[in-house]
Amino acid sequence: MSHPALSIPAFAVPHAITPLLEVQDLQVHFGSKPAVRGISFTVHEGETLALVGESGSGKSMTALSVMGLLPDGGRASGTIRFAGRDTSTLSPAARRALRGGEIGMIFQEPMTSLNPVMTIGAQIVEALRQHQPLSRTAAKARALELIDLVRIPDPKRRFQDYPHQLSGGMRQRVMIAMAVACGPRLLIADEPTTALDVTIQAQVLELLDRLRRDLSMAVLLITHDLGVVGQWADRVAVMYAGRKVEEGDPSALFALPLHPYTQGLLRASPRLDDAQHYTQGPLTEIPGSIASAAGQDGCAFAPRCPQAVAACRAAVPSLRILESGRKVACPLAHQD
Amino acid sequence: MPPKAIFAAPGDHHTPPPPETRPLAAFRIEDTVSAPTASRNGVVSALRRHPPALIGVAILAGVTLLALLSPLLFPGDPLAITGEPFLWPFASLAHPLGTDSLGRDILAGVAHGARVSLRIGLSATALGLVLGVAAGALAGYKGGWTDAAISRLIEIFQTVPSFVLLVVLVAITQPSAGTLSAAIAIVTWPTVARLARAEFRSLREKDFVLAARSLGYSHTRIIIHEILPNALPPIVVTASVMVASAILMESALSFMGLGDPNVVSWGSMIGQGREYLRSAWYISALPGLAIMLTVLALNLIGDALNEALNPRKRGGRA
Repeated sequence: MSHPALSIPAFAVPHAITPLLEVQDLQVHFGSKPAVRGISFTVHEGETLALVGESGSGKSMTALSVMGLLPDGGRASGTIRFAGRDTSTLSPAARRALRGGEIGMIFQEPMTSLNPVMTIGAQIVEALRQHQPLSRTAAKARALELIDLVRIPDPKRRFQDYPHQLSGGMRQRVMIAMAVACGPRLLIADEPTTALDVTIQAQVLELLDRLRRDLSMAVLLITHDLGVVGQWADRVAVMYAGRKVEEGDPSALFALPLHPYTQGLLRASPRLDDAQHYTQGPLTEIPGSIASAAGQDGCAFAPRCPQAVAACRAAVPSLRILESGRKVACPLAHQD
Repeated sequence: MPPKAIFAAPGDHHTPPPPETRPLAAFRIEDTVSAPTASRNGVVSALRRHPPALIGVAILAGVTLLALLSPLLFPGDPLAITGEPFLWPFASLAHPLGTDSLGRDILAGVAHGARVSLRIGLSATALGLVLGVAAGALAGYKGGWTDAAISRLIEIFQTVPSFVLLVVLVAITQPSAGTLSAAIAIVTWPTVARLARAEFRSLREKDFVLAARSLGYSHTRIIIHEILPNALPPIVVTASVMVASAILMESALSFMGLGDPNVVSWGSMIGQGREYLRSAWYISALPGLAIMLTVLALNLIGDALNEALNPRKRGGRA
């Protein structure tokens, strides 16, 4: 008898099977300054995990650590496993094969993320030929398909365009085409829509979601936009000052945020279904700034937390798994 | 007593002006339009809009043609005696630019000298560019101790007076086109290296370099394919001036008798004519004119390239 797991489709693979990406106790330091202070998460085949947090919470550094592209002076510790392999044990050549081949990445700034002196066609062809043994003509044909796949009209003409001839949204589509060119199993999207107009944001996110399904990729979506999370993520991890403070299914998390930081974030976001719209009254802000976490013992959010008690300042609260399967790093959080 | 209402009337000069509101869109449009371009058409049309550059191109084309055709136009050794000495220009049809103190044809000398000057100018610049760009790219891209070591080396070269170093290098080797080019390249590479280092240092921090790394490109490929084309405009501008200064250096060496004695060069012709400067000034003046025109042409082209390729200047010329 064959194993029952083999007969079920990829998107329903149970969590017992090796996750695609497994990050364990990742820490990133710049000199003595910590940027990420021990984060663990997993991304499974075909799933979208959203990493949410404000600027400076360590989201981008987490993503760059997975790629092995930390800026100069950054040191990472902890383990990152991709498809069961520890990435720190890979040779530089094997890591390069992973980047762009099995893990694609798109960045926040489409205006500056393309080489200004090369046509977009040439750039996509380059990305393709880096990891696949394609002839020039075959690569060009595939590049035209990719331009079409990311819904850029008139691919033949756009192929010859330089990046400055395209709008921000179009450039982000080109970036996406390059990132998915070699059929990666994981796509890391670092704030993919932050620099775009609101009207374009939804289109780009929809494109990402469609590509995820068509190419059966997993997506690690990094964002500070809770609206994006609610609609596109399968699972959400909320980060604060380099640690994960809460994780769960987006609908449950939005309905009943458990960590005071998540509660604050949600109160600070305008919501249509709420009686409280920003035209009727000011949005609630979280007092203080993330910088107050520096050099602090205990919970990093304690200085800004309305519910903080003495115990919060004594020790870093560990991530508890509640009965519902949700995870939260706050001793006071409880599910009623 | 004026009624109080007058002071409160609308349009009163005491009323503070409404706060200036600029639509957000106004900021965005500028961002998208001023993206740098380095398309070839842009350079060609910029040269066309710049008349002095056209003069430069014309002069350089003439000199190049003269150099290329000199074996056909003036067959035989230009150092051979072909007529009576001290023949003034335009005095004889056989020697349109006259003859020197030994009766050698000056026009033939200038034509063959163009070959030497251009060959050394180009090969010294090419060698200097390769050395300088390689060192500068490595220093700027790698940073750390590689950068420190290369930067110190550049500084050592720049503290030594370059012409003295050049004379020393030529004096210890057998003068030939190859050794002269190599010596000039050794003296000029630090300038290019500094420029390339600065460009690579700023470009390596750009988002598109991070994006290129995220696609799995190797460092070598990123340096050559991604960064170098973006760093090229200022290097191209410098190269045109480097050719001019290499020609001047070669002339100066030959003038002092340190060049290759077996070939005729503009510098050596001036050097040989300097004893007769008062009686037959044309012997020195004609090759001098050739040097001046060639260097002027290269500088004019350099200026135009700078205008065409420098994004700051391009923005200023509407």
